[in-house]
Amino acid sequence: MRPGPGTLIGLIVGAIWGAIWMIVVSVVFMLISGAVTAPPIGAAMLAGAACGALIMAFEPGARSTGVTIAAIAAVFIVLGVATFGAPIGLPLSAVPLAQTVAVAAFVLATWFAIDRSVGDAPSGRMTRYQFETVVIRVAKGLGLVFFTVMVALPFYVMVMTSLKNQAQLIANPLDFSLDLAQGPAGLFRSYIELFTQYHFGTFLWNTAIVSIATVIITLCFAVPGAYAVARLRFPGQAFLSRSILLIYMVPGIVLVIPLYAVFSQLGLRNSLAGLLIVYPATTIPVALYMLQGHFRGIPSELEEAGLMDGLTRLGVIGKITMPLSLPALASVALYVFMIAWNEFLFAFMFLDNIDMFTLSRGVVSLNSSEVPRQHLMAGAVIATVPVLVLFLWFERFLVSGLTAGGVKG
Amino acid sequence: MANSADYPAGAGQPEKGPPTTIGPLARRERNLAYSMLLPTFAIVMAVVLAPLLANFWISFKPVGLGDLRSARLFVNERLRGDLVAPGDVATIEYRLRNSSQDKPLRDVSFADTLPDGLSVVGDLDERCTLTGRDLLCTLGDVEARFRDRVQIEVSADQAFIDNPVEIRDSEAVSHATSQNVLTSFEFTLENFDKIFSASEFWQVLRVTVYYTVFATLGAIILGLFAAQMLNSAFAGRTALRGLFLFPYVAPVIAVAFTWVLLLDPFSGALNAILRQIGAIEQPVNFLGQRAVPLDFFGLTVNFPVALSTIIAIEAWRSFPLSFLFILARMQSIPSDMYEAAEMDGASPLQQFWYISLPQLVGILAILFLLRFIWSFNNFDDIFLLTGGAAGTRTLTVNVYEQAFAVSNLGAGAAVAVVVFTVLLIFSLVIFKYSPQDEG
Repeated sequence: MRPGPGTLIGLIVGAIWGAIWMIVVSVVFMLISGAVTAPPIGAAMLAGAACGALIMAFEPGARSTGVTIAAIAAVFIVLGVATFGAPIGLPLSAVPLAQTVAVAAFVLATWFAIDRSVGDAPSGRMTRYQFETVVIRVAKGLGLVFFTVMVALPFYVMVMTSLKNQAQLIANPLDFSLDLAQGPAGLFRSYIELFTQYHFGTFLWNTAIVSIATVIITLCFAVPGAYAVARLRFPGQAFLSRSILLIYMVPGIVLVIPLYAVFSQLGLRNSLAGLLIVYPATTIPVALYMLQGHFRGIPSELEEAGLMDGLTRLGVIGKITMPLSLPALASVALYVFMIAWNEFLFAFMFLDNIDMFTLSRGVVSLNSSEVPRQHLMAGAVIATVPVLVLFLWFERFLVSGLTAGGVKG
Repeated sequence: MANSADYPAGAGQPEKGPPTTIGPLARRERNLAYSMLLPTFAIVMAVVLAPLLANFWISFKPVGLGDLRSARLFVNERLRGDLVAPGDVATIEYRLRNSSQDKPLRDVSFADTLPDGLSVVGDLDERCTLTGRDLLCTLGDVEARFRDRVQIEVSADQAFIDNPVEIRDSEAVSHATSQNVLTSFEFTLENFDKIFSASEFWQVLRVTVYYTVFATLGAIILGLFAAQMLNSAFAGRTALRGLFLFPYVAPVIAVAFTWVLLLDPFSGALNAILRQIGAIEQPVNFLGQRAVPLDFFGLTVNFPVALSTIIAIEAWRSFPLSFLFILARMQSIPSDMYEAAEMDGASPLQQFWYISLPQLVGILAILFLLRFIWSFNNFDDIFLLTGGAAGTRTLTVNVYEQAFAVSNLGAGAAVAVVVFTVLLIFSLVIFKYSPQDEG
């Protein structure tokens, strides 16, 4: 053992990770087990600091398996002693299984994070490079935890709330444990009621129709337009290829008043047809912009060869350009589908008749004091799952499609 | 003439210099291009550009939500008196009413068919004419709130008594033209006067600026940080990248209501978590509290709670887009630049500052622009989270408030004109000062 300046860094890094993992583990513990605890953050910092200092007491080459075991044990022992035998703020007899898992998770996660942060840092003086490496590792690690919690928590709460009932939720807002004894019919009661009593089958159907029709209409309009902008020479081509995206920048709220007035008089307001006029108009400019980027990327020699061999322009588009841009078409279709599926403003303004509701409009109608909260969340889950599944399935397409249009080099 | 190669049809012309007219091939290409773009033009014109202009039109009109239902003449007919024997006389009474409380009707008339077996006795009302069994009454122009009745005395014959017909079976058809306030040439500056003189307008404008600037910065900084984290390979990176895109992909209604539940001061999970870990003592009404005084070294600042919360949620919802773009750009930076920097002994922060950041400036500028405009345009999140209460009313929410909550379409359109004008000025400034090569 040869404590050096690195020990101080080990203490600080250890304390940070101890506090963070105690908060994360105890919150997850509370959400899953339903038990309530006040996490001993101070003790956790102490435990982490001990682990960090222990690791940093050795030079990187001397950090043997024995040191690792000692470091892991240090977290456990210090935590246990500093909390007088209540490692996560609860007597050991309460929910023993979940507590054991939580303590094990805390000990391992804390050790792992500390080891990854300072595991190869020297125990003596550090160079600027080594010091910054440690800082960046800690920052990246904290960032990963922060982002993961920040993104996952709302979705976790959404799904779990939909599986609970109002009384349980008000009694303990942190208790997201599932009562599996009630069987699937009890667990999914909110969903069953939404589909049987709240017309969610109709909403789902309407949304699917509108989204798919929007995709088809958008592609029918945008493909020829994008081809013309990308390949054909005409006055205004350069201007169009730059400015088409400006249309997408016009806020919906500016269009909604005149469209509301006109559609009211034409009788289009309370109909899916009305939405099918508005949605493509807002998505065509984006689709055109994305597609023209892809069309430009196709070597024009291929098309010229087709022209030389006697194909017409339309023949070239159908037989050469389209087959080559199927991935691009898929990504654009997916993006447009996402926009149409998630659209809220026009659906909310235009639709009054419950038979015409899309999911967005339907979920809003659940937001009243008469409808229990778990129904609202079940509606949110129903609206989210299809688009999320589709997205995860085709993520590669979507990501490349989204970035290809805008990123150069 | 290097240029002539670009104009295939011009090659045959005897004059020197580039041709000034276009030849048949180029014309055909141009016409094909226009015909391929025509559908796009048509729908964009009809649904985006025309409403934009219409919005200006409406903003100068004194028009409320109720004016969308055009005024008409209601006709209610009934039979007064009993017809039990041939020769009995009764009265068909038409009660007329202008449906509008404030608009006159012009060229008012209504038509009806008398049932078989009834014949008119006495003088026909002078406004009416009877041709065969067809009754036509012409009333000319009538005022708002006009009410009147037309009575016609009829006698029944044997055929009617044997086979009586309900008088309402033939419905009276009314006809009237009313002045539609939307299409008239009556203009007013009242709407603009009203919104600019309202004391809250400048407050709304200030909230909009705060919201737009901080939500944009938040989304880009979060995106930059997330991209930096996922730039290096590690196990689970692909899964995390998918997870990080959730807020952007999920429908706005779903995430907005989830946040509303999560942030609820009494039964929300977040308040409960923060209380358990000792971060706060009293529950915070994140979406309902306008401001809370904070002490900084004796300096008291009113921290806007609800506004900050919706800014944070907007940043949360939009960081995935900047994350994606920044990550894609980062991965296209050649790794030998970093290797060279390593050789020269540059520290990780120096590498970020002197290599990554300069490479990212272009995409960061584009993202700032896009996110700035989208945050400025944002309506859904704010409307669903707070409805514009507790000091979170932005211009876009104000459009809705004026047009649909206060039912004054004209004032709403006037606010929309302000929205569009601010956006236009912003775009012009950007176009003027942005470097040309960024595309």
